[in-house]
Amino acid sequence: MKHRYLPATEKDKQEMLATIGVSSIDDLFADIPENVKYKKEHQIKKAKSETELTRELTKLASKNRDTVQYASFLGAGVYDHYQPVIVDHVISRSEFYTAYTPYQPEISQGELQAIFEFQTMICELTGMDIANSSMYDGGTALAEAAMLASGHTKKKKIVVSKTVHPESREVLKTYAKGQYIDVVEVPAADGVTDLDALRQTVCENTAAVIVQYPNFFGRIEPLKDIEPIAHQGKSMFIVSANPLALGLLTPPGKFQSDIVVGDAQPFGIPSAYGGPHCGFFAVTKKLMRKVPGRLVGQTEDENGKRGFVLTLQAREQHIRRDKATSNICSNQALNALAASVAMTALGKNGVKDIARQNLLKANYAKQEAKKAGLTVMFDGPMFNEFVIKLDEPVRAVNKRLLAKGMIGGYDLGLTYPELDCHMLIAVTELRTKEEIDALIQELGDRHE
Amino acid sequence: MSIPKDLRYSGEHEWVKVEGEKARIGITHFAQSELGDIVFVELPEVGAEIKADEPFGSVESVKTVSELYAPINGTVVEVNEDLDDSPEFVNESPYEKAWMIVVEPSDASEIEKLMTAEQYEEMTQED
Repeated sequence: MKHRYLPATEKDKQEMLATIGVSSIDDLFADIPENVKYKKEHQIKKAKSETELTRELTKLASKNRDTVQYASFLGAGVYDHYQPVIVDHVISRSEFYTAYTPYQPEISQGELQAIFEFQTMICELTGMDIANSSMYDGGTALAEAAMLASGHTKKKKIVVSKTVHPESREVLKTYAKGQYIDVVEVPAADGVTDLDALRQTVCENTAAVIVQYPNFFGRIEPLKDIEPIAHQGKSMFIVSANPLALGLLTPPGKFQSDIVVGDAQPFGIPSAYGGPHCGFFAVTKKLMRKVPGRLVGQTEDENGKRGFVLTLQAREQHIRRDKATSNICSNQALNALAASVAMTALGKNGVKDIARQNLLKANYAKQEAKKAGLTVMFDGPMFNEFVIKLDEPVRAVNKRLLAKGMIGGYDLGLTYPELDCHMLIAVTELRTKEEIDALIQELGDRHE
Repeated sequence: MSIPKDLRYSGEHEWVKVEGEKARIGITHFAQSELGDIVFVELPEVGAEIKADEPFGSVESVKTVSELYAPINGTVVEVNEDLDDSPEFVNESPYEKAWMIVVEPSDASEIEKLMTAEQYEEMTQED
């Protein structure tokens, strides 16, 4: 074998060339005019041996700072949570990880059952009737929800709270631009959506109102008060939710939300430097035929045995592509499987218990921060994140924290210029009392 | 092929039945037989405005999805919710059980411009 990834020998090449009737590889490119061919040597390094390559990559990888070695207080959409060991065992089965997507559904029963269970669990958490097989991530799920709303209501204005994840709002704007949809942002008042501003912004041309639950600052948005504002002019009510928080919070489905989206990352999916993760998308029964992507249904075969099929996809994806609200035809199958396995391993009580630990530990951290004289901003009901105001740039503080073995919180000034020197701190169930105390001490000492 | 004499017909195979000030609308026997087994009917909500020659909903059969084109202008005052659970009514009883919407026409004289049963029969035979 000449090369690890190019196993053809010189003899193999000659045989192949002879079979197709050309004398050299250059003959295959005879159609390309000489004057446009690149004739110089490529400016790339010589190939390394396998041993050299492994050594170099190991050295590079050792520079990584990860959440195993460091206590992470970084959240902002991606969280450091307990990963049941069974997750990797199941997703490492080649039947699951080599299958891109079930193109032959009838012979992919295991995969389809796993996706069906994912859909079922998402429905239970969100309180919605129907969930799809997953989306790429929370951001694209949110944008797809807005597209569905615009297509369904035939209206061209989307109202989104500024307390929705800034990156999700960017994805939304990118989608909206091509569809000539107007995205209007509603400001926050003390860390939650400004309801008066929302009331003034929603009009009869509004396709949907989008809020996040808990919001980007960790606060619990009052869905009960937002829902009537969204529905007053027959707009749709879209909620982007953290699925783990739904182990404790009243599900958005109970507040007449039309679409609930989010990212399943808190369940069994490593933060992995920001992705890939796994979006989820749940709707009311009324919108069943407008759901983007794939939907797995349960049925019976001719012998009356339980079986699974891809269902309701012909309509939007094959026959009426020009009229579809989305042309997404894929899903994030392996990560959806990881989330299903994690949710199953934790069970109903496990999910509730972990959600409660997040709430209690984050609140402990907040109380300790106050005791240490730190300024807690937007104080109020929260889940596992809160905001503190620092006397100096977040970047400088985080550099010191890193030296002490801690990954600090998110620098809000990056996406909210008015919140320069504000840090968004996430405290998950994995943080110990010692780690929290060390963080507060470090932040408090500098404060004094 | 059943084509009741007392109804009016559009080129897109919808029938219109005048009921006092209102008009009841559905799809014809011919249309359902061309589509095959109907599995879903998507209809507008009460209060929606429909515009002549523009889609107001769709019917999905096992082989295709077709738009429902409004034969006249008007406002939807009633929607047949039975079709949610029993879309097969469209195949079984296109003129009775499977009426789709009732509208208040913006201009009742538009109905007069639609085809008569004889004209519609002639059209379907040409097809």
